Amino acid sequence: MDLSYSPAEQAFREEVRAFLRDELPAALSDKVRSGAELGKADIEQWHAILNGRGWLAANWPKEYGGAEWNAVQRHIFEEEAAQANAPRIVPFGLSMLAPVLMKFGNQAQKDYYLPRILNGDDWWCQGYSEPGAGSDLASLKTRAVREGDHYIVNGQKTWTTLGQHANKIFCLVRTNPDVKQQEGISFLLIDMDTPGIEVRPIILLDGTPEVNEVFFDNVKVPAENLVGEENKGWTYAKYLLTHERTNIAGVGFSQAGLDALKRIARVEMSGGRPLIENPHFAARMAKVEIDLMAMATTNLRIISQAASGQAPGVESSMLKVKGTIIRQEINDLTRRAVGPYALPFPSEALAGNNDPIGPDYAAPLSAEYFNNRKLSIFGGSNEIQRGIIAKVKMGG
Amino acid sequence: MDFNLTEERQMLQDTLRRYLSDKYTTATRNTILESETGMSADIWAGLAELGVIGALFTEEEGGFGGAGFDITTVFEELGRAGVVEPMLETAVLGGRLLAALGNDSQTALIEEVIGGGLHLAFAHGEPTSRYDLNRVATEAKVSGGDIVLNGRKAVVANAEAAGYLIVSAREGGAVDDEAGISLFLVPAGTSGVTLRGYPLFAGGRAAEVTLDEVRLPASARLGAAGAAYGAIAGAVAAANVALAAEALGAMVTATELTRGYLMTRQQFGRPIGSFQALQHRFSDLLIELEQARSAVINAAGHLSDPVAERDRQIAAARNLIGRAGRLVAEEAIQMHGGIAMTQEYELAHIAKRIVMTDHRFGDTDYHLERFIALSAA
Ligand SMILES: Cc1cc2nc3c(=O)[nH]c(=O)nc-3n(C[C@H](O)[C@H](O)[C@H](O)COP(=O)(O)OP(=O)(O)OC[C@H]3O[C@@H](n4cnc5c(N)ncnc54)[C@H](O)[C@@H]3O)c2cc1C
Ligand SMILES: Cc1cc2nc3c(=O)[nH]c(=O)nc-3n(C[C@H](O)[C@H](O)[C@H](O)COP(=O)(O)OP(=O)(O)OC[C@H]3O[C@@H](n4cnc5c(N)ncnc54)[C@H](O)[C@@H]3O)c2cc1C
Repeated sequence: MDLSYSPAEQAFREEVRAFLRDELPAALSDKVRSGAELGKADIEQWHAILNGRGWLAANWPKEYGGAEWNAVQRHIFEEEAAQANAPRIVPFGLSMLAPVLMKFGNQAQKDYYLPRILNGDDWWCQGYSEPGAGSDLASLKTRAVREGDHYIVNGQKTWTTLGQHANKIFCLVRTNPDVKQQEGISFLLIDMDTPGIEVRPIILLDGTPEVNEVFFDNVKVPAENLVGEENKGWTYAKYLLTHERTNIAGVGFSQAGLDALKRIARVEMSGGRPLIENPHFAARMAKVEIDLMAMATTNLRIISQAASGQAPGVESSMLKVKGTIIRQEINDLTRRAVGPYALPFPSEALAGNNDPIGPDYAAPLSAEYFNNRKLSIFGGSNEIQRGIIAKVKMGG
Repeated sequence: MDFNLTEERQMLQDTLRRYLSDKYTTATRNTILESETGMSADIWAGLAELGVIGALFTEEEGGFGGAGFDITTVFEELGRAGVVEPMLETAVLGGRLLAALGNDSQTALIEEVIGGGLHLAFAHGEPTSRYDLNRVATEAKVSGGDIVLNGRKAVVANAEAAGYLIVSAREGGAVDDEAGISLFLVPAGTSGVTLRGYPLFAGGRAAEVTLDEVRLPASARLGAAGAAYGAIAGAVAAANVALAAEALGAMVTATELTRGYLMTRQQFGRPIGSFQALQHRFSDLLIELEQARSAVINAAGHLSDPVAERDRQIAAARNLIGRAGRLVAEEAIQMHGGIAMTQEYELAHIAKRIVMTDHRFGDTDYHLERFIALSAA
């Protein structure tokens, strides 16, 4: 047992810190800090900066232009990036599709798509969920019928995050309706510009257009856009989900969130004294900090166990459940911390040309609290994760 | 012991519930949320006509109710339907302050309030006062025969629509003394008053109010100089009963929506309500809901008690409602899955109403501390 970082790891942390200090544009970190919405250009700019340094694809092998970091390095980067208020890396191409292509794609697909993901030529979105297929993903109905050298796709995807920015979507489609659900699914890459595709925004409860519905009406997709074998898509989809669940603990986000909470609690006043001295509030903060300290170590224990490149198993479900509970608790406390100034609607409060309403940190907090209720719903809900844990541990 | 509503209150509940389920649909309400004024003049007139505002005042004041259980009857219904119109500001806070302190010409305004023709706003909280009722830095100075106000008021709900702001200001004592606080009736548009209005996250509007050398005649004072704290605490006590009842109503709706969804949403070939993991959690919501209802009844039943017991009961209710409300809002969203995250789904608004209640006149922790202090006394 040794809880300290090695000299090499410490040096790596310094390197990351220096990079963030020198290369992260203040305009971006200001937006992240104030909770302002990041536009497509903002995210592309940050991706390009990371790519310039060879750090965009943290988990990709070097041969594909990745950083090939080990779990500890990834953890250090995530921690520092969150601390510096760097934008989140949009995961759909980089950490969802790419591992699938590397493992199951053909050479032409790897050669064509992987560099485009790195360079920002393509913005991918994830077309898994449907109105009738959420937790029960395998019941998906979007149909793809082979006609000559094309598939004809009909159906609907939903909850498609940032689909409004995407030029590509990877989809799970039903290619055989006559077999067991899991055995009739294929993994298809689709160009969003293809005639017959319509994207409609869904406004979330915090007022943001973060997700979309995507409709497919006789959409012609070249057969070469099939990944792997027809009707084997479920295997690939599950492989992708295990990657979706790495960094699911969000320890870096929680640590940055907790720091922000403490900064706020130091300046907010309660009964004429700083809120951080209020025993009830201090107790709430202490409990979540204690949970987070243990979580950080749980996270490191689990990720260092998993051999590099290999996604952890049932433990990732544990990380997801506890990690999201902690993040949501921090959001709750931060909202509470600002008292009545949690009440204003954020887009007004954030309107660029005006002074903020109340303290400048207050505006996005209620919206963030509500928006992050999604953490325990998506990527396999916390109920589904608990089901997985029980099933694996009790052999059910 | 009798836990039934009186015949009059039962009628009020029935009429109001019917009116709101006809007129206050999700679509209508969502249009109101996006509107410039953040409220509907038609709905307000309708509520006045039904006697909903009058039910919040005693017969002496010109109404036909005014007791704790009248407040809870009205506000539970407003909460169920997710109503964003400023009943709390105009009728409960504004109305009670006028009734408690006003002279004849000032209390005459109550008739207009009951008729639906006049809005009020209570401009009390300040940028760093948080939930403390005694912390008032805004100053009132007597100058010649006039009074001059200077200061800032924070998140003043309904300020833009109000015909009068009821502004608290200090005429003596230290910044956190109960003694020395006065109230003033400030007509809309008075020179030196600046409003910066904005919509609220859970509906309705508020404003940051700046008072810069606001000159008023001495007749603008409500009650005696420096002696308004008792009336403020009384009006806020009633507002806390109203908020607790409103949250309860919203919790009922959240739970009903969840029940309906659990029974109809199919995943894995069966209703998700057939999964025991969700059944137990749904049962917990119903248990908490019963506790919440009892807490509201306790608070309403003690609204006319001596101040210390009144406030202890109210602190207990708001603390319990704060805890149960958060649980109901979060669990209802979770058990719905993605659909509850969408703005146009009713639960999204209802959940916001529940959670945002906890930022008005004290949150869960504030009321816990009040309860501890009042229990020790
Ligand atoms: C903000 C947001 C972004 C998203 N982004 C994407 C995206 O980019 N691409 C994409 O494909 N999808 C995306 N999703 C969809 C997400 O993956 C689904 O919401 C999730 O799978 C849950 O499905 P559902 O919403 O249909 O809920 P349901 O599956 O209907 O679940 C409703 C409730 O029932 C519970 N439940 C279901 N089955 C069981 C069971 N067997 N036992 C116990 N409880 C159960 C769930 O946990 C939940 O509490 C996103 C969702 C959100 C909210
Ligand atoms: C102090 C004591 C006094 C008692 N007195 C009496 C008495 O006077 N008369 C009498 O008749 N009995 C009495 N009982 C027995 C009591 O009724 C049983 O213990 C009880 O019914 C549970 O049965 P069990 O102990 O066999 O546990 P089990 O039924 O085997 O349950 C074990 C666990 O599984 C859970 N469980 C079981 N079924 C389900 C399900 N469908 N879904 C989810 N969880 C489930 C239980 O909640 C429990 O946690 C007493 C028990 C105790 C401990």
